[in-house]
Amino acid sequence: MSDTVGTKSALSWAVHLSVAALVLLWLFPTVGLLISSFRTADQISASGWWASLSTSEQVIQVRTGGRDAARQEDGVFVVEGNILTDAEDAPGAVELVSYGVSSRAVSAYEIGETAEFGDGETLTLNADGTYLYTSVEEPGRRGQRVFVTALLPPDFTTQNYQTVLFSGTGQDNMAKAFFNTLTVVIPATIIPILIAAFAAYALAWMEFPGRALLIAAVVGLLVVPLQLALIPLLQLHNAVGIGKGYLGVWLAHTGFGLPLAIYLLRNYMVGLPRDIIENARVDGATDFQIFVRIILPLSFPALASFAIFQFLWTWNDLLVALVFLIDATGETTVMTRQIVELLGTRGGNWEILATAAFVSISVPLAVFFAMQRYLVRGLLAGSVK
Amino acid sequence: MNPALQGLITILVGVGGCVGYFYFSNQILDKVIFPAKGPKAGDNINRANQVRPWLFLFPAIFALGLYLGYPVFETLRLSLTDRTQGGAFVGLANYNQMMAEPKFWEAIRNNMLWLIVVPAASTGFGLLVAQLTDRISWGNIAKSLIFMPMAISFVGASVIFKLIYDARPADTPQIGILNAIWMQFDGGFGSLFVLQLLPTIVLLGFAGIVGYTTFLLVNPIIDREGRRAVPFIPLRLIGALLGVWLVWMSLSSLVGVWTAQPPYGEPQQWLTLPFWNNFFLMVVLIWIQTGFAMVILSAALRGIPEETIEAAIIDGANPFQIFFKIKIPQIMGTIVVVWTTITITVLKVFDIVFAMTNGQWETQVLANYMYDKLFRANDWGVGSASAMVIMLLVTPILVWNVYNARKEMR
Repeated sequence: MSDTVGTKSALSWAVHLSVAALVLLWLFPTVGLLISSFRTADQISASGWWASLSTSEQVIQVRTGGRDAARQEDGVFVVEGNILTDAEDAPGAVELVSYGVSSRAVSAYEIGETAEFGDGETLTLNADGTYLYTSVEEPGRRGQRVFVTALLPPDFTTQNYQTVLFSGTGQDNMAKAFFNTLTVVIPATIIPILIAAFAAYALAWMEFPGRALLIAAVVGLLVVPLQLALIPLLQLHNAVGIGKGYLGVWLAHTGFGLPLAIYLLRNYMVGLPRDIIENARVDGATDFQIFVRIILPLSFPALASFAIFQFLWTWNDLLVALVFLIDATGETTVMTRQIVELLGTRGGNWEILATAAFVSISVPLAVFFAMQRYLVRGLLAGSVK
Repeated sequence: MNPALQGLITILVGVGGCVGYFYFSNQILDKVIFPAKGPKAGDNINRANQVRPWLFLFPAIFALGLYLGYPVFETLRLSLTDRTQGGAFVGLANYNQMMAEPKFWEAIRNNMLWLIVVPAASTGFGLLVAQLTDRISWGNIAKSLIFMPMAISFVGASVIFKLIYDARPADTPQIGILNAIWMQFDGGFGSLFVLQLLPTIVLLGFAGIVGYTTFLLVNPIIDREGRRAVPFIPLRLIGALLGVWLVWMSLSSLVGVWTAQPPYGEPQQWLTLPFWNNFFLMVVLIWIQTGFAMVILSAALRGIPEETIEAAIIDGANPFQIFFKIKIPQIMGTIVVVWTTITITVLKVFDIVFAMTNGQWETQVLANYMYDKLFRANDWGVGSASAMVIMLLVTPILVWNVYNARKEMR
């Protein structure tokens, strides 16, 4: 509505800028996690993830050659070499800014300047990393420690994903939890759809006493908190011998998903054209045939909407899995549970945490972006008007 | 048995069982019990059609009754019994015990905070984004990106925000963005502006809006010149009391803003700061729920008749007047729906608190309190009692939803 004369350009600029700001604000947290998952533990603790996108100035610790590399010249020990390439864990070709030899003054000297310190020791470091180190006394075995301030280009690794998905051990490995989650999700998504579709058809297109009451009951059950169901159902599962396990969690998800499924599907089916159904009836189709041949194919968008909801909900669920699935052995742990455990035990290991979390959210994100249309449609139909 | 195989069998049994049940029960009904032939063919067809809906409904009714209906009453019964006494009836003892616990009142207080802040902020942001993106060319992309957190689990979001709130010792680089920003403040003019002037403006604005709303609520009761009946007087008075309380809260926290001595230069453990940490947890849910509010409100804004807006433009209304006086009143119903839906989500919020603080540092909420009681303290009586409290808080919304659904169906 920015068409009001005279104010248009300023206002529309303000609108564009504020939308951009909001979008950035909303993306920022997720991007942080994504980028952190591609950095090593050292990189993560050396700088914030936002600094990793551009060339950044960082202080790195390196060592000159030691006693073995030294030669004696005119009574002093001399070590020559390249500080950036000689050692095994050397940083490689980076641009140097300054250097120092004490942790209290890490950038005391310019590149090319000669540092004099200790008992007659000198060090000259050049821009290409070559250095000349001299000492009156015999150098130590590990050489002189040098703090180099260098400009490091962005550097990312997929090592964390390697660890979390394949090579990690114990809690660090998410592969098992990933498949457990899948095992929970697929039946828990498919079964309620089928049960709900039949019920929704009856509620939408069959005449019988008590129909309005049943619909009202479904609307009411839509908001009953599932917290109420935990203890009675756990007791029930134990009593009938299901105990904690996949069967229990499938049944629980089916029960908890039904109200929304019935509500969504019924709302959609009621909107289907009456003529089609009545024509089929006149032609002698039974209700079962009408449902399978006409209603189900026509309701595909609503079925897809609910399938996405139920998928996201079961994939992301923690509480139901904690109560109905995961027993003392922890063999059937799901990803959400494992991430919570990682938060407790490995709270500081951001490379593992970020990667594990991203593995767990990547599947719902993919589904979200692929099927957003159906999700939006379902939301619009599902919120009680 | 391999869980994957078990899963596959369950799908087959479940799906096959459902289809088989529906198919064969219909067959039996039509062919065996009420066959559509013989002398009573007509009667039989009618009778079969009377029974059939219940065949279609039976699995759903059974599952709903067992998994949602029965637990409500069973939880109510459990809340009145004591497990350690072999399930003896103890009346309201569990409720009394619960009321005596400070942790419970902390959970209630925090839940009330959540109930006010999260729906308001999510709906507000959602409305803002919906309106701003309404007519711009890349609006759909922007909406899609803001909607994205809806797909992220509460646990995943907790990890994301833990990284934001992370704190490192003062002499090492901060990797949490919040502390990295915080370390930039040094008590100079920038700090004065961002930490004192801006909050003052926000608080005064909030107090102003709430005060005006309160005035609108009370005005028809005081000023009854028109002699018209005023609807919902008790509701209006409750709303007005709440409004006065909110205004008082925001004005009194102004004092805090100007007298506080922030610890500049020290990284903060945000999640351990009592009272404020609740808000840091709420941010997570707001971040997730804004997309939901935006999608629904955006559709509502699209549905507003164009003529009303054109008429307002011709009458010389400015964009703000159009938004507040033409658009908002027309989508008020949808705003209420969004608000109540988010309220329900808030009442059930568990994962975020469980994963980020587990109720420590005064961040307990009802759902996590209940989980604590049920599965850590193994006290089913008090646990069920707190579940009933959640149910009690949901009930008004439940009644309201059912009432609306029935009205719509007539």
